[in-house]
Amino acid sequence: MIENTVVEGSYAVAEAVKLCRPKVISAYPITPQTHIVEDLSQMVADGEIDCEYVVVESEFAAASVVMGASTAGVRTYTATTAQGLFLMYEVLYNIAGSRLPVNMTCANRAPSAPISIWNDQQDSVAVRDAGWIQIYCEDSQEIHDFQPIAHKVGENPRIRLPVMTMMDGFILTHTYEPIKRMEQEEVDEFLPPYDPVVKLDTARPLTFGAFAMPDTYHEIRYMLSRAMMNSKGVLEDAFKEFGEVFGREYHPYFEEYRTEDADIILMTMGSLAGTIKDAVDRLRDDGEKVGLLKLRTARPWPTAELRKALDHASVVAVIEKDISLGHEGTISSDLKTAFHRHDGPLIHSFVAGLGGRDIRVADIKWAYEKAKSLREPVDGSIWVGVNHDIIPEVV
Amino acid sequence: MTQPGSLKEGFIEPGKRLFAPGHRGCAGCGELLAARLVLEAAGPNTIITNNTGCLEVTTTPFPTSSWGVPWVHSLFENAAAVASGIEAALIATGKREGINIIAQGGDGSTFDIGIGLISGMLERGHDILYICYDNEAYMNTGIQRSGATPTYASTTTSPSGKISWGNTRPKKPMPEIMAAHGIPYSGTASVSYPRELLRKVKKVLEIEGPKYLHIHVPCPTGWYCDTAESIKVGKLAVETALFPIYDIEDGVVTNVKRLKEIKPVTEYLKTQRRFAHMFKKEGGDEIISAIQAIADKNVERLGLKR
Repeated sequence: MIENTVVEGSYAVAEAVKLCRPKVISAYPITPQTHIVEDLSQMVADGEIDCEYVVVESEFAAASVVMGASTAGVRTYTATTAQGLFLMYEVLYNIAGSRLPVNMTCANRAPSAPISIWNDQQDSVAVRDAGWIQIYCEDSQEIHDFQPIAHKVGENPRIRLPVMTMMDGFILTHTYEPIKRMEQEEVDEFLPPYDPVVKLDTARPLTFGAFAMPDTYHEIRYMLSRAMMNSKGVLEDAFKEFGEVFGREYHPYFEEYRTEDADIILMTMGSLAGTIKDAVDRLRDDGEKVGLLKLRTARPWPTAELRKALDHASVVAVIEKDISLGHEGTISSDLKTAFHRHDGPLIHSFVAGLGGRDIRVADIKWAYEKAKSLREPVDGSIWVGVNHDIIPEVV
Repeated sequence: MTQPGSLKEGFIEPGKRLFAPGHRGCAGCGELLAARLVLEAAGPNTIITNNTGCLEVTTTPFPTSSWGVPWVHSLFENAAAVASGIEAALIATGKREGINIIAQGGDGSTFDIGIGLISGMLERGHDILYICYDNEAYMNTGIQRSGATPTYASTTTSPSGKISWGNTRPKKPMPEIMAAHGIPYSGTASVSYPRELLRKVKKVLEIEGPKYLHIHVPCPTGWYCDTAESIKVGKLAVETALFPIYDIEDGVVTNVKRLKEIKPVTEYLKTQRRFAHMFKKEGGDEIISAIQAIADKNVERLGLKR
């Protein structure tokens, strides 16, 4: 019987990473990711992980170091956020295009400008097209549990893709919560040593990163796209096997809360799900038929599964901490594709909590009432909790 | 036994080429010749990381490759960091012994966009040799100015014109910048002295720790010189003291290639059209004098005169 232990969210990740036995870790410090890499550095310093920790001069270098290490055929890990993730941008595409199963944690933070160290999810959403599997976590238990899943899926020889797991900066990284910690034997049972299909090897000299002419580039990108689509089955198997080994069951794509008979379903990603669950309970107490769908896997996008789960609702209100400027929240946009030419629910986009603005139950209730009252599609997003009093008139 | 195209000293086994012919380098390319010599000196137990550039593009059009050793290209600027990751992986798996790791790139990726990543690699103390193949501009994109472009050379982004003498800034002192990291070796070589280059690469690979080797490689396409004269032009750069050959070992200048006779810089400048404007335009004499002063300073600084 595994007892609950209270740990910081960052430690929950770091310990899970350790249990996955990476061979090379490289990272550059950036708030609020720092505690993760500090914990890992200490574990390496204490000889608790048999791996090389490469201290680098930038996130660009960190991503390049794990790119090289992964090409050399070992399990790798890095962590970053916001500005760091954007500095890595070129390497993110390169790692995915090179089909390297790098594991990364993104401690979600708002991008500059204005500079902010606080949470939203614009950073990881902005890199959603790079070819990384993206999994969002609600709490420390999820971010702990999803590390071996990230490696298992990414390293599958049919998939060979990098995986990014997201945890909300400060809200999860710096919060102490009780978790059930994984045991080394369990992780070893679930996650075998990494056995790459190809690697840099003087006994079998191969060329990696050759340039592609128009007669092959298209096909290579097609294969990358196909691998991302095929990763769905592998994700499903991995989550199922995880449940069998660890006794904790997770739906591979989302979690539903009181949605069965819900007329209006709220949808979100990450730690906000906790607040929304409270809001749903209170609204239910008031007789409202409301539920929550917490999206877990955003890439690959679970189109058919979402369509099935949300089809019975009359309205879906997506409450998200990101926006595609000039359009709307990206999750709302993606969700609408699931109902293209289907008579599905009305989908409203709510943007909330940018740059660490606290999202309270009252804000969720406000969004719910708004969604309930809007019976026609709205262009763009509805912003939650904007204080118009501090906005200059000239803007 | 020697094979066609290889040196008499024969650093590679007969019948086994580490750098295959048939690549797409331009006629007279100094960079590809230098890369082949480096590989001959390093031997088969070598892993190479390569920045984006001429060397990468001409040798690896998918699905072909010239490389007979494990070779990886990631991006324009990150060969040093990718190599760092490879070394870490080899150490972590107990396979570091007996493998040379070489990170390499052209002058653009070394002097400009990738300098931070090279600095990081040197500072961390990786046992990696970084090689810069210096042809003094962004040749792969069409002869644009880099931090390695010599003073008053005309390039497509620092063209000579009615009111311009070309690139007005001095060449960045890369070997010194690298040596300032406190590394055991930083030095220069020229492809025009192939035996010296081979010996130097072999010697440098024996040194443990981070190393920087700067190889001057003529580019007939970008320098506008005769493709048959590449080697001669490279020699003239050395003989006029515009590209001195020396080592900096543990911070001390050693092994300076001294010259019996220092030729006037005009001997070098007149072989290439990138310097032609200073022979045509009024006031060119002053420009040539300024370039001569750069050479004179090199002679004095390094004691080049035998």
